[in-house]
Amino acid sequence: MYRIVTKKVLTPTLVLIEIEAPMIAKKAEPGQFIILRVDENGERIPITIHDFDREKGTVSIIYQVVGATTEKLFHKEEGDYIQDFVGPLGNATEMPGCKKVAVVGGGVGTAIAFPVAKKLHESGVHVDLIVGFRNKDVVVLEDEFKKACTNYYVGTDDGSYVRKALVTELLEEQINAGANYDAVFCVGPMMMMKFVCKVTEKYNIPTVVSMSPIMVDGTGMCGCCRLTLKEADGTSVTKFACVDGPDFDGFKVDWDESVKRGKMYGEWERRKHEETCNLVKKEVK
Amino acid sequence: MPNMSLVKNPMPSQEPDVRNKNFLEVALGYTEEQALDEAQRCLNCKNPLCVNGCPVNVHIPQFIEKIVAKDYEGAYQVIHETSSLPAVCGRVCPQETQCEMHCIRGKKGDPVGIGRLERFVADWHNEHVNEAPAKPEPNGHKVAVIGSGPAGLTCAGDLAKKGYDVTVFEALHLAGGVLVYGIPEFRLPKSIVQKEVDGLKAMGVKFEMNMVIGRVVSIDELMQEYGFEAVFVGSGAGLPMFMHIPGENLCGVYSANEFLTRINLMKAYKEGADTPLMPLAGKTVAVVGGGNVAMDAARCSKRLGANVYIVYRRGMEELPARHEEVEHAIEEGIVFKTLHNPVEIHGNDVGYVKGMTVIEMELGEPDASGRRRPIEKKGSEFELPVDCVIMALGTSPNPLIKSTTPGLEVNKKGGIVIDEAGMTSKLGVYAGGDAVTGAATVILAMGAGKLGAKGIDEQLSK
Repeated sequence: MYRIVTKKVLTPTLVLIEIEAPMIAKKAEPGQFIILRVDENGERIPITIHDFDREKGTVSIIYQVVGATTEKLFHKEEGDYIQDFVGPLGNATEMPGCKKVAVVGGGVGTAIAFPVAKKLHESGVHVDLIVGFRNKDVVVLEDEFKKACTNYYVGTDDGSYVRKALVTELLEEQINAGANYDAVFCVGPMMMMKFVCKVTEKYNIPTVVSMSPIMVDGTGMCGCCRLTLKEADGTSVTKFACVDGPDFDGFKVDWDESVKRGKMYGEWERRKHEETCNLVKKEVK
Repeated sequence: MPNMSLVKNPMPSQEPDVRNKNFLEVALGYTEEQALDEAQRCLNCKNPLCVNGCPVNVHIPQFIEKIVAKDYEGAYQVIHETSSLPAVCGRVCPQETQCEMHCIRGKKGDPVGIGRLERFVADWHNEHVNEAPAKPEPNGHKVAVIGSGPAGLTCAGDLAKKGYDVTVFEALHLAGGVLVYGIPEFRLPKSIVQKEVDGLKAMGVKFEMNMVIGRVVSIDELMQEYGFEAVFVGSGAGLPMFMHIPGENLCGVYSANEFLTRINLMKAYKEGADTPLMPLAGKTVAVVGGGNVAMDAARCSKRLGANVYIVYRRGMEELPARHEEVEHAIEEGIVFKTLHNPVEIHGNDVGYVKGMTVIEMELGEPDASGRRRPIEKKGSEFELPVDCVIMALGTSPNPLIKSTTPGLEVNKKGGIVIDEAGMTSKLGVYAGGDAVTGAATVILAMGAGKLGAKGIDEQLSK
């Protein structure tokens, strides 16, 4: 069992929790993920590591309440325990030799972009952090973000905060203004990553994307997290996000396939979430 | 006077039409009467060939003799001397290609039902004997075992019996490896695996769950920082293989590993489990492959209400699965499309499987494996309407241990290389099971676990 040390509700559906897991904290690197299970009947879900404190022995994650598992997790408070917490899994993000990069995050992806931006920034890389939110109500963690980069650019889909702009627009503006990035690191909803890659491909800027497909074991056994990379010569190769990723060359990812695979249990998730919510309501009564 | 009946006592089982709708154990086990009758078929050969056929050399005639004398606990102790998982082996070993294949009674009629007797003895013990195994005198040596599947559990058990301080590291949240995530409840109830694990715990073996060795701690760190003098790697098979045909990544195409893990480990078939599985009631499933794993996936699908095909490129004779599994599958209504091979999987406009093109095959000359090579019959392709495809084609070794352990030699296929004592290219690091051989059987993994334990004991007791 793993203890929740702190819990911060960032927005009504976005939550940060810090979990006591000293061995994982000791090894965690930006870009890696964990797998957790809330209780005995719980499913195993992968969540990217948001932050870690090696001295305190804690690992932080940020999750969005979307299904039964995250709904159950939402009802765990500081001092409560979750059943399983495994990691660090996947490979750490590597951007060797880069002097100037853009780190692009959308929605909950911003939370994941944070450790990568922070690590690069601390190692002396010029980091432009470009983030996008739906509206002003879901803008989070700005103080932390600003400390983790050289320049910070934010936009909202509806213009209710700072300015109305998609991350693709913010990124292209910087490129056109002569940013001259060595590489772009991008994390967020699949559609956003796909369109960021469309922009960067135009300017031929190498782009690393952090994929988060559905997983079961997360250790290289079940093959659920497979995705297709298309090579320039027309051939394609199957990769497993849990052991080969989660970072991949964004220009090679077969986005349409990954988007479809990501929706495989969409209907189940909605139904389960509803059931769990009803159950919780009953218990409260 | 031995019982000279030419036929084995049949195994009492749930009726096919009943069991293909539930996940309860199919084979119910011999009654005492049946066990006594079957035990008397053993001729107690002076030179028992059956023992050589067993990868862990269970003293078969001796345990059967104890059954005849109605000393069932004595029989259990005989088996337990060499096998740490009798209740498991009695259920899942391919006896027909091991001990029973060598049984002299099999020359004319059926061989003695050694597996069924082993199961009877193990179940008798589990039901009647509650005392925990004695905790051996500690010998002061610390050993780490990576993986809690059959290889790891056997190695841990053998070392614990000799007084070693053993810690088993498991990546998943439950101990048992393939015994819990792969083999279904109806073939091996999980309570039996739990009992074996509890037995090891009583002997002082420690189990650490959720530990992905190579990520959270490396093998070098286990030895240098955590004080383990030797390590046994029984991390099992790894990534599932696919055919690399179009449509393999559509929604509704599973690897057998994923499909079985969702069902067995995550209990997706049970009310209240949070892990999803696509609804299969009234749907059509094609399982590609002919091994035990394919049979398990097919029989699970059937129990979830699907119409099920096994699609296998060779013939019925060549199916690598245990006879009993194939028989059970046929009885349960699974349709065998042998001498067929998938060419392409088709999806609907939202990316779900709707059908599969298959081609007929014929058998040509024997290939390197000694089996006749399947050849495509030109122009024989046709459409098979299916909603779900499960690929049960085997696995390739997990790259995690290799990539995080400098100096660990692996072969071309990625399997860890070991010497005749079970040791890898790294001093003090031993390995066995699927991590070495690629996908094989429970009992072979157990044999490898024994070898590793022996090697470790010889090295550390020097």
